[in-house]
This record gives sequence, structure tokens and C-alpha cells, in this order.
Amino acid sequence: MATTATAHQTKWWSGGKSPFNLEYGKLMMWYFLMSDAFTFGAFLISYGSIRFSQNFWPDPNVVFNAFPGAGHANLPLAFVSVMTFILIISSVTMVLAVHAGHKGDRAGVMKWLAWTIVGGLAFLGCQAWEWHHLITGEHAALIDGQIQMVGQTTTVNPWGQLADPGVVFEALKNSSPQVLAQIVHDHDHSHTWKELAGMSKDQLMGMINVAELHVREKGPVAFGGYFYGITGFHGFHVFSGVIINIVMLLMAQNGVFDRKGHYLMIEKAGLYWHFVDLVWVFVFLCFYLI
Amino acid sequence: MQHPAFEEVSFHHHTEDAEFKKRVRKTTILLSIITVIELGIGLSIYMIHKGPDPSHLLVLMFKGMVCILSLAKAYYIVSVFMHLGDEIRNMIMTIVVPLLLFIWFIAAFIIDGNSYKTLRNRYDKHFQETTMPKEHHKATEEKKAEPAKSEKQ
Repeated sequence: MATTATAHQTKWWSGGKSPFNLEYGKLMMWYFLMSDAFTFGAFLISYGSIRFSQNFWPDPNVVFNAFPGAGHANLPLAFVSVMTFILIISSVTMVLAVHAGHKGDRAGVMKWLAWTIVGGLAFLGCQAWEWHHLITGEHAALIDGQIQMVGQTTTVNPWGQLADPGVVFEALKNSSPQVLAQIVHDHDHSHTWKELAGMSKDQLMGMINVAELHVREKGPVAFGGYFYGITGFHGFHVFSGVIINIVMLLMAQNGVFDRKGHYLMIEKAGLYWHFVDLVWVFVFLCFYLI
Repeated sequence: MQHPAFEEVSFHHHTEDAEFKKRVRKTTILLSIITVIELGIGLSIYMIHKGPDPSHLLVLMFKGMVCILSLAKAYYIVSVFMHLGDEIRNMIMTIVVPLLLFIWFIAAFIIDGNSYKTLRNRYDKHFQETTMPKEHHKATEEKKAEPAKSEKQ
């Protein structure tokens, strides 16, 4: 068209043209993503506000230091960096799918969409493992003058300050024999559960070295709720993104886009998928890095 | 070039295959490098915390650096992967200008949280005594660990 050459001198608002040079659906996807950015922003800012109102906040390197198959090894940031790279790579495969769509290359679109879906599912799998580990991985915590074994939930978490060993020693006396047996078992596997269950509290106390225990007080209650709420909301976005990509893959396979003559819908799905990656940049920043 | 579906859209950004591949590769490498630097800073913060005398100023500086690096990542994802950088200026402004609200949004709520903490520490001494981290608590902890051990035996 003749107007293309003088695109920047064009009178965009005099009618007959799209003033933003975009089709309606894509523009509305942008505005949806902008509003979604405010939703995520509000959640993260609320987290920041609560965090700034506390004298103590858990150190992410203490909370997120596990890796699947690595047992009790202390590996801060390792697993979440795997998750971050999975999302970056799946964003790249989505760019390639959109590009193949521009060229009308159906096989290319399907190949790259499939890889994007694999990346999304891998990320969700990682998140499921992480949540499971945080909820069920119990740590000894000093709660109300007792030692209790707790995981991270929305009501309690074991990520407080390191407790004073003298206080921990007193608290051990008030704790149940099951908790003592658990603590002994975590540090020393030479006794079976059955042997430990048969021991008296004094015997168990004698096997615990308080100085090596590193028991923490219970952490700020809000930590668990914000973590599960925000990473869960992000995970829900990843999940819906995977569903959208699967629908796009099926539509491409059935030749819907070939009949329409364009692959613009892939572009909109792509925008959503990149947004999911974009949000993760900030979730990663707020929960794992600072 | 005519848009395939909509007459009123007068051009769209087709890039050459080679140029496009180069751009995507460059951006991917850039994002990966920034992420690795962020992880490095995260681990440095961990090491500083573990050290005998953590410098709070240094930790704060590192945290500021990761914030800036994250914004850089966001810029590259939005402008290259989401092609916002290739749209026309008016369109970019309708997205970017409303986002400026975040400047107030973040500052106001962080300052509010901080003010709440300050007031609570002033008027609620129990809150302050039970939650304030002890300075150099690592060092005092080691000193106290000794008597606790002997008490047990």
C-alpha cells in the first residue's frame, strides 16, 4: 500500500485506519495484561508493606534451600533457578511459534507450541514439588515454650529467628516424646523408629545436642499465606496459559488458522505467555532474592 | 504491507528471518546472563548473612542491584519478546504511562508499612522485645551454647 512508506506521517486519527495500527483483539489483550499487572502488583506490594511492618522477616535462603533428590543438602536458590530458566526457555519457544505463525508455517507453529507446553508443564511440576516439600517438610520450631515439628502453612511456619539454646533446652523438657524421637532420628539414623519409641524422655534428651540443633522460633504468620497466595496465583496463570496453548495447538492442527488465512491468535496467546514469564521475574525477585 | 485480516491495519512488523533469529538469540543470552548475575548476588547476600559481621549497607546495595536487573529483564521481555518496542508510539504510551502509577503505589505502601513498624516499636514494647533481631546474635549464641551443653551432661 502507498501509505506504508509514509507510515509515520500518516494521520492516524482521521478515519479508515486503526489508530494504534493493531487489530482489536491484540490491543485488548494488552489492556487486559496491563490490568493483570496491577493485580499482581497489588499482591506483591501488599507483601512488601507487611514485610516492612515487621522487625524480623525470614531469609529466603533458609526457606528455599532444597533440591529434589538431594536430601537434606543445603542448596539455596538452586531449584528456583531451574524454574526460572524453564520459564525463560519456554518464552523463547513461544517467540519462535509466533514467528512461524507470521510465515504461515503450520508445522513450525505446532512444533514450538508443543515445546512451550512442555516447558509450562515442567514449571508446574517444579512448583508442585516445591509446595509439597514446604508443606510436608517438618522442622523443629520453638512454639509456646515447646518444641514442635511444623511445616510451612498459612497459619504457622518454622522460619523465625534462631532460638537461644538455653531456652531450647528448657522447651525440650516440655515437648512430647514423639517430637524428641523425631529430632534424634533427623540427626542420627543409627536407631530405628521402634527403638526410639521404646526410649524414655530422659534417654532421648541425652541423645540431643542442643548446640547443634539450630531450632528457630515460629516465623511471621503472613509469610506462608503470601507465599502460597502469590506463587499460587502465578501458578494458576501458568496453568491457564498451558490450557490456552493446548487449545492453540489443537486449532493449528485442525487447520483453523490456515482457513482464516492468518495465525494472529497465536500472537495473543504468546502475549499472555510472555506476561506469565514477566510476572515470574518479579515473584522471583520478591520471594527468593530480596 | 497489507495486514492479512484487517484492512484498517496498514502495516505489521515482518522481520527478516536471519535478523529475527539474531535478535531472539541475543535477547535469550542477555536474559540468561542477567539471571545468572542475580543468582550470584542472591548467593552473595546469603554469604554476607552467614558471615561474622554482616554489613547491612552492602546487603541493601546488593538488593537494589537485583531490583534494577529485574527491571532490565522486564524491559527486554516486553520490548523484544512481546514486540511492544515495535508498536507505534501512541500505543506504547497507553501501556507505559498508566504503569507509572506503580511509582506511587510501591513508595506509599512500603513507607506506610515502615511507619507502622516504627510506631509499634515505640508504643508496644512487648512487640519490640519479642521480635527485634538481636545484634550479632550469632556471636552471643556461640557463647551461650557452651553452658547449655555442660548443663545437659
